[in-house]
Amino acid sequence: MSMVVLIGLLLVGGIAAWQLERIDANLPRWVALATVTLALLYLVSVIAEIPAESFKLTPDPGDGDSWLLHLKLAWIPRFGISLELAMDGLSLLLVILTLLLGLIAIASSWSEIDFKPGLFQANLLWTLAGVCGVFLAMDLFLFFTFWEVMLIPMYLLIAIWGHENRSYAAMKFFIFTQVSGLLMLLSIVILAWQGVATGGELSFSYFDLLGLHLDGRLAWIAMLGFFLAFTVKLPGFPFHTWLPDAHTQAPTAGSVLLAGILLKTGAYGLLRFCIPLFPEISMQFAPVAMGLGVAGVIYGAVLAFAQSDFKRLVAYSSVSHMGFVLLGLYAWNNLALQGAIMQMVAHGVSTAALFMMAGALQQRLHTRDMTRMGGLWQQAPRMGACAMFFAVASLGLPGLGNFVAEFLVLAGLFAVHPGFTAVAALGLITAAIYALWMMQQTFQGAPDEQRQMDDFHGREMLAMVAMILALLWLGLYPQPVLDLAQPVLDGLHGVVTPGEHLAQTMTAGTGQ
Amino acid sequence: MTVADFQALSPLLVLAGGATVLMLQIAFVRSVSLTAALTVLTMALAALSCVHAAQIAPLQVTPLLQADSFALLFCVLFCIGGAATALLSQDYIRHHGDEPEEYFLLLMLSTLGACVLAYAVHVASLLLGLELLSVSLYALIAYPNKSILPLEAAAKYLVLSGAASATALFGFALLYAATGTLEFTALGQQLDNTQMGQSVLLVGAAMVFTGLGFKLSLVPFHLWTPDVYDGAPAPITGFLASVAKAAVFVALLRLFLDADLFRYRILVEITGFLAILSMLAGNLLALLQTNIKRMLAYSSIAHIGYLMIIFMACITSDNRNLASEAAAYYLVAYTATTIAAFGLLTLICAHQVERENVELHHISGLFWRQPLLGGLMLVAMLSLAGIPLTAGFVAKFYIFNAAVSGHNWVLLATLILGSGIGIYYYLRVVYYMTRRLEQHHVQPTVVVSWHAKALSCILIAGILLLGTMPQSLMAYLRSIL
Repeated sequence: MSMVVLIGLLLVGGIAAWQLERIDANLPRWVALATVTLALLYLVSVIAEIPAESFKLTPDPGDGDSWLLHLKLAWIPRFGISLELAMDGLSLLLVILTLLLGLIAIASSWSEIDFKPGLFQANLLWTLAGVCGVFLAMDLFLFFTFWEVMLIPMYLLIAIWGHENRSYAAMKFFIFTQVSGLLMLLSIVILAWQGVATGGELSFSYFDLLGLHLDGRLAWIAMLGFFLAFTVKLPGFPFHTWLPDAHTQAPTAGSVLLAGILLKTGAYGLLRFCIPLFPEISMQFAPVAMGLGVAGVIYGAVLAFAQSDFKRLVAYSSVSHMGFVLLGLYAWNNLALQGAIMQMVAHGVSTAALFMMAGALQQRLHTRDMTRMGGLWQQAPRMGACAMFFAVASLGLPGLGNFVAEFLVLAGLFAVHPGFTAVAALGLITAAIYALWMMQQTFQGAPDEQRQMDDFHGREMLAMVAMILALLWLGLYPQPVLDLAQPVLDGLHGVVTPGEHLAQTMTAGTGQ
Repeated sequence: MTVADFQALSPLLVLAGGATVLMLQIAFVRSVSLTAALTVLTMALAALSCVHAAQIAPLQVTPLLQADSFALLFCVLFCIGGAATALLSQDYIRHHGDEPEEYFLLLMLSTLGACVLAYAVHVASLLLGLELLSVSLYALIAYPNKSILPLEAAAKYLVLSGAASATALFGFALLYAATGTLEFTALGQQLDNTQMGQSVLLVGAAMVFTGLGFKLSLVPFHLWTPDVYDGAPAPITGFLASVAKAAVFVALLRLFLDADLFRYRILVEITGFLAILSMLAGNLLALLQTNIKRMLAYSSIAHIGYLMIIFMACITSDNRNLASEAAAYYLVAYTATTIAAFGLLTLICAHQVERENVELHHISGLFWRQPLLGGLMLVAMLSLAGIPLTAGFVAKFYIFNAAVSGHNWVLLATLILGSGIGIYYYLRVVYYMTRRLEQHHVQPTVVVSWHAKALSCILIAGILLLGTMPQSLMAYLRSIL
């Protein structure tokens, strides 16, 4: 029940924040802050009750009872749909990330929103609830429900509180995710009926559908449905075009949530559903997926360099960084997978910080155009230092989380495909170019003397310092994160074994 | 006739009796509130009597009517739809018509026609129901006498719908000539033994299908739809789009099932082809509209397209139960959603007498001005777009299941494409509703009566309940099919 309570807490908190606006316009953000803090404390108390040794046990991907938490209640027996939630190390990690970034999002929009602040905080909390649901749902119908439902508050966040071109961006975001989502729904239904065709009961439970055998063509269709839905969300090249618009037009908190956690749902979906449900087909498909990953790494970096809009630059850098996740997932060996998971966490933190920075700049300067900035360091040294830190984190400076992640991905990928590794490694260089260029454009150079600008206040500094510490911790001592996810990966290795051609490329790779 | 026969027909009898009572009441006292109250009461009674009739179902009463659970379920739906329309109409018709009482009488009669269609297992009762429904609708569409548009719409509907009925009638005549029977089941059996050859049968079936396809506004028989929907009074447009279509669809489905027309592959493939055309044309044309009523008209064409997938899914006989279940669920969900969407338009334009167009910019900021109405529209749009937790999603999910299990891949691809296009125009409404007020001139606030408020709450709750707790209705549908 604890997982239901967690999601319910966020939902109810949202309603409370929405309604309490009538009493006082300042109340909603306190309610939102309290709700997320409460949810975090509750989660900690739940985890504390789980015996420590069960975190080291390998959960069986086909049996929910061997996971840390598992709940199954009947919902729509007509279709074998149940309210099935389960948590393993991976989902735990991502739920914690979601709630922490939720706090950051609330902090980053603390004084930004004047119009209907209650509904704004409510949408924020409902998005968090939807994302937590996505990370916990183990019934595919329920998963799809959360997957779609988390879009609506996000759509409203962009459409109501976004910037100048919000209607276009919100619509594009919604249509991309919804259409790809429908393809996934089709795949889910195909999978469930295939379960019936092979003699089982109609069921949408992940645990029942895992290990199901599908015929060649049907399996490809079903796999592609999942792949498209998750790659659009990730976003992988060439399905990323919604992302720069949505990120740029969203209010700061929306950008933080989008980049920090919504993108991770795509990566999570690939790791949890797409690859394990179709192990053989996925391994055959891996070269294509990795090719898209490499293309995303390079293309995102090149486009990031071409931007003059601060937020667009960060958005394109996300495309580049998430390309590494795609690479790591489809390389499917332990190093690369660890790297992908690490990247999900580290990119979540570093990009959230950069978007918060962009929001802070826009609130002070009323522009995101970098050509109108310059020399800001002299007027706002604290902001400059923070921006510098996250810029070098983003370009992969050793000692910070992103470096660990990208290094692990490249190291794992090298065993599988040295060619892709060589090209993807260029992404680290291009990242250095755009990140440093961004710093030069905004914080260095001659300052505009007429400009008056406040530096970061205590609240903003607190959020920034928290994220700086998080990235340092991820960079210097990443082992706890890896330990938490490792049993899950061990379990998945039992389901998915690299295909023959991959084994061949592996030997060919080591032969060189 | 025995007592059981009367019991089985009690919903029809209650509605017919109610119509007589209304006529008498109008002859003696003219009072809109009384007439509306009586209408709602009668329809509620008729819906309740379905429960009573269900105890002895299935029972065939005369060769014309079959009282089974399927028919009774739809009777309940149509009565509720009729009652909701009556409730919504009350304020509206006061401002738009001079003598508003007969409006409710006509509404009652067309509901009766829809219920007869649900019962029909014989061509005669099918035509009887169809005409009762349509003829009342001609008058209902033309009812508001303070503007010219309804008259134009009614004339258009009268001419085209009359032609469609005639076409269907001629088709039935051909079928009768070939088989010598008008009962659905016997018709199906005789089709194999006929001496007249396949071509007459196909022409006959095609004409019947054309006639009914017109009433369903399938592409390419849809050209009347936007104009008539636009011109008709908003509550009647809702009724036309939900109850009238659902009734014709139920009758058509029953004709196909009872006469086992799924044997004729080419006929079913035509339905599939028209489904594809309807999904694409409906959605694409809806994109171009700024008038919400016209947009909903095209969206209803697309939704009937989604529904027609059922016919293709029925080809394999072991898939038929699932497909009929899906159709029934879809019709329930679609009726609730459509009544909600048009109900909102009714409430907004209740006081606009001259023109009752609702353009997108008229609902700007509705969400902030009138949260209840905005919420109703939000839920209706999300349900039409098929977003989870609403009735529309579960209905679409049902269709997905029926089509996947029937291997209708092309139709599924079109369904996904169509839904993708649909999101754009449904969400555009949501976007306009959530626009901030400062950006444009302020719209007048609409006064909403308490019963309209209550109905809005019921509709919102109903759509969300159908979307989150569908199990009981699903189990019931499964038990009766």
